[in-house]
Formats: sequence, C-alpha cells, structure tokens
Amino acid sequence: MSLLEITDVTLRFGGLVAVDNVSLKVEEGEVFALVGPNGAGKSTIFNLISRFYDPAEGSIRFDGHDLLKNSADQVPGFGIARTFQNIELFEQATVLQNLLVGRHRHRQTGMLSNIVFSPKAYREELRHRAAVEEVIEFLNLQHYRDKMIGGLPYGVRKVVELGRALASEPKLLLLDEPASGLSVEETQDMAFWIEDIQKQMGISVMMVEHDMGLVSAVSGRVMALSDGKELATGTAAEVQSHPAVIEAYLGTGEISKTGTSRA
Amino acid sequence: MRFVFKTSYDADISLFKHRAQAVWYGLLLLLVLATPLYFVAIGDAYLLGEITGMLILAIAGMGLMLLTGHTGLPSLGHATFMALGCYLNINLLGAGVPWVIAFPLSGLIAGLLGTMIALPVLRLHGVYLALATLAMSMLTGDFVVIAEPWTGGIAGAAVPDINIFGMEINRYSTPYKFYYLVLFVAIMIVWFYRNLLRTPTGRSFTAIRDSEISARAMGINLTQTKALSFFLSATAAGLAGALFGHSAGYVTNETFDLVMSITLLLMIVIGGLGFIHGAFFGAIVVGIIPVAIANGRTFLATTFDVNINVPGLESALFAFILVCFILFEPMGLYGRWLKIRTYFELFPFYRKDMFKRQKSYLKTDRIQ
Repeated sequence: MSLLEITDVTLRFGGLVAVDNVSLKVEEGEVFALVGPNGAGKSTIFNLISRFYDPAEGSIRFDGHDLLKNSADQVPGFGIARTFQNIELFEQATVLQNLLVGRHRHRQTGMLSNIVFSPKAYREELRHRAAVEEVIEFLNLQHYRDKMIGGLPYGVRKVVELGRALASEPKLLLLDEPASGLSVEETQDMAFWIEDIQKQMGISVMMVEHDMGLVSAVSGRVMALSDGKELATGTAAEVQSHPAVIEAYLGTGEISKTGTSRA
Repeated sequence: MRFVFKTSYDADISLFKHRAQAVWYGLLLLLVLATPLYFVAIGDAYLLGEITGMLILAIAGMGLMLLTGHTGLPSLGHATFMALGCYLNINLLGAGVPWVIAFPLSGLIAGLLGTMIALPVLRLHGVYLALATLAMSMLTGDFVVIAEPWTGGIAGAAVPDINIFGMEINRYSTPYKFYYLVLFVAIMIVWFYRNLLRTPTGRSFTAIRDSEISARAMGINLTQTKALSFFLSATAAGLAGALFGHSAGYVTNETFDLVMSITLLLMIVIGGLGFIHGAFFGAIVVGIIPVAIANGRTFLATTFDVNINVPGLESALFAFILVCFILFEPMGLYGRWLKIRTYFELFPFYRKDMFKRQKSYLKTDRIQ
C-alpha cells in the first residue's frame, strides 16, 4: 500500500475545474514532484491534501487513514507537514518559536499544566527544544536562532519554513515551490537537504517545483499537470520529453502558423 | 550589549534571560512591596488607592492583552466580563460563600459565560469581531438593569468587604491590606501569563495571531484555541471586575460601561500590544491622566486664577494620546522603552529603522 493515495479527485470552483480527475500515489521513501505551467492545479492538490479544500469527487488516503473524514487541523497529526508557496511564517516570533510551533502535534500537556508550568510541562518543553535544536543544526540556522522572522531575508525564511515542517517529524513532507526566489547556491543547498531528508531521515517528499534542475536532481517520479489534468508521469527526463508536456508549455505548431498567438 | 552564552535548554525556558534581569525584577518586586511604607510614613493612603486601582486595571488589561495582543482577536467588550465577575462575586459573597472561594469562582464562571457568549462571534474576524463585542458592551448596562434581583438594577449594589479567614479587608479602612491583596493577584496572573507564553498553549495563541492558515497546517484547532484564549482572557477580566467592585464599594448599571471597555483597549495599545509589560504601562498612563488633569486644574486655578472647566476634556485627551501613539509609536510605551534600551546597549551602532517592520512579501494565493 502506498503512503499517499489520491484517487480520481476532482475539485471545481464554480465552473472552473481546478483539478480534473487526478489520481496519484506517493510511495514510502520517494521524492515525488508535481510540475506544470501556472494554474495547472499543483498547489491546489497540496491544499486538497491539507484539507483546506473539499474535493467534489474522489478519495484521499494517507497511511491507512481517510483524510476526507478529517479536518485541516487533524491532518498534521497523521504525519503530514507542509510549506507554503508564499511563505506563511509567524512573523512576530523568533525562528526558534516558529520551529516550536511545528512541534504542536507532539504536545502532551494541556492548558492547565502549562499555566502552572508543571514538572510534566517542563519535561515536555525540554523534549521539544531538543528536537528543534536538531532541526536548527541540520539546516544551519544557528545564526538566526533568536532573530525575529520579520527581519530575515527571503532565502532564510524559506529554510525556516522547511525547518518548521521538519520539526513536526512528519512521514510525508509537502514542499510548495521550495526553490522559488532562491539563488543558485541556495537552490543547491535545498537540493542537498531534500536528499538528506529522504535518505537519512526516511521522510517521503512531495513537491511542487518549476526549477527542472532541482526536480531532476532529487525526484524519483514526476507528474506533469496542465489545466488540472494529468499529462504524464515518469522520470524527470521522460516527462520533459513527453509531447503533451511540450505542448502545454510551448503550445502547438499550428497556432503559431495561423498567427493567433501574437494577439 | 549582553551576550548570553546558552549552555542548556533552561536558558531559553527560564523566566529571566540572565541573572542581571532577575536582579532587576527582584528590585522591582521589593519596590512594589515597600511602596505602602512610604504612604504609612506620610500618613495619607489616597494615592495608594490610586495605585491599587492601576493594578486592578492592569489585571483586566492582561486579560485583554492575551486576547488582542497575543491571539490577535480585538475586543471592545471586556467591561462586560468585568461586570460578570463583579456581580458574580457580590452574589456569591451574599450567599455566604467565603471570599477565598467566591473570588476565584466568580472569575472562572465569568470566563465560562464569556466563552459561551464568544463562541458564536469567534467565527468573525477583525473589525467584525470588534463590532460584535462593541454591541455586547453596549448591552451590558441594560442587562444589569434587567437582572435587578442579582444586580440591584439602577439603584446599584453594595459590595461586601473581603474576609479572608477572619481578616477583614476594606479599601478605605485597610488600604494597605487591600493593596497587597491586589498585588498578589496581579503577580500570580503575571506568572500564569509568562508560563503560558513559554509552553505550547501560548505558542498556539501567537501562531493564530500571525497566520491562521499556517496555524491550521501545524495542527492547531482554531475554534478550540480561540475559545480557550477567550476563556482565559474573560477569567482575568472577571477577577479584575471582582476586585474593581471591592475597590469601588458600590456598583451600578453605569459602572462597567462602554467607556471602560474602550479604556481597556486604549490601555493595551498605549502600553504596547503583545507585551505583558504593556498592560502595566497602559494602566499607569490611564491611571495618571485623570489625576494629572485634576492637579493641573487646581494648579491653574490657584496660581493663574484660570478656571478650565471643559466638559469631556479627559476623553479628548485620551483620544489625542491614542492617536499620537498610533501615528508615532505603534509599539506603545513598552516598544519605546525597548528602543531606548537597545540604543544604549548598542551605542553607537543603533540604527533608526531597527524596529521598523520589514515589508512583508506578497501574499497572493492566500487561502482565506
């Protein structure tokens, strides 16, 4: 059984079909990439897995659980962590505090023992901090540890968001454009991290990415989408040379002959 | 500038960042504990009563700070929860419940009732939530009139004295005891508040304030967490209301009016949203302004023979100060203090825009 199974999922916004009968499987321990032009429905699939959207049809199963029976705030509890395309960090908090919120799904104490800071809450706090320090070490964030997010450069924020997702110790990591806005060096760092996350930590990764260099470097299987429909699935090279994918990105020869594309 | 070399997780968890900070707060504690001695020496406890009043406002302010400053939910109706706490306290005391039980109980029930009132409006955001709580505040006076058997209606209700295991405490006859009692409650709430902020519960509050979508993606249940914040906030306000009743001695339908709700919000904005210190700084400002106006009037009248009797001068001054803060110091008094401290710590490397909020990146594609 696959880790994540999406079967015949369709999502409509009014008349627009954002995701059209898409099925995919993410196996344990693999890096699975979604590519496609803007508006293809890649991020929408992430938001469906996160349960921000309700699909009209289809099923989404993760690790033996039916995600559609659960709400958005229960999804992380199964072991799914995610980042956002446009960075959604807690701006008025430090890097450390952001990562600690990532530990939310592992909390064992309630409000009452928190408010009096019981020994149990203290021990739990130590555990959370030990886990977070490991992530800080892994991503080389020591320098920014106590800095407010509000003052950090874009590239660092991307890494902090990845760190927050990792702090929750997920089974599946959803990365929404992890390399967008990053420099060449930063993208290379990201590629190494994704490899380490997959190979050393054994976390499966599903990512949306436009940078085909990164996609070919790290992902096992790639799915190309356009207008909410699956175009092709296979290795990065296979998908890139697939005629339907070339057509979706570059258009067909016929249109340019008639000259309509100039308008 | 002090660099703390952290060698254990406790360095991040403990209440004080370093020993010097602990010493400063220790000195502050000594100062507030010794304050009554000065008033004993001069034999006039009037100003001590004013200080006690500020502490009570600060307790209510901390309640509102948790909700508005840390959870990001504005409320223009916290006087309602103060009223709940106050009248519950009066009725429980009237029913013969000892104060040590009646006081915390009135806070808790106020918190529970507050949460019940809040649940339907918690789905609202920003200005809509503010409007809903504003409406609640406007109705409070009417409800006090309607619930006459418990509240005394327009005629008002006398607040019984505090009796802790035989020790009678009254604002006027034993002002020092009353001061210490309020101080104790305030310190306890500060301690609870600090604990909350260094544990998962408090972090989930600030997560909701900064990004609801992200909070959900981290597994935080929005409705539950917001309701919890409302509960704790209304409980603190309820406790403050009960103490306010003891301080006023007599409460009517006009005691916990809209002006008080607005004053509380004003207080935490002036003090500094998102900082516990802000509640105290704000309470000091709100407490000092009326005294300063009164003294200024007397001074002008006696020295220059000028009589200023402009009705609404106080409200106008409050409004003016609030506008000035929003324009020139959105971080409030505590923010100003942080800036001054950083200036000296980093001297001469302080930059003018160090605390300026960075431009946040475009948030297109946000799911709302």
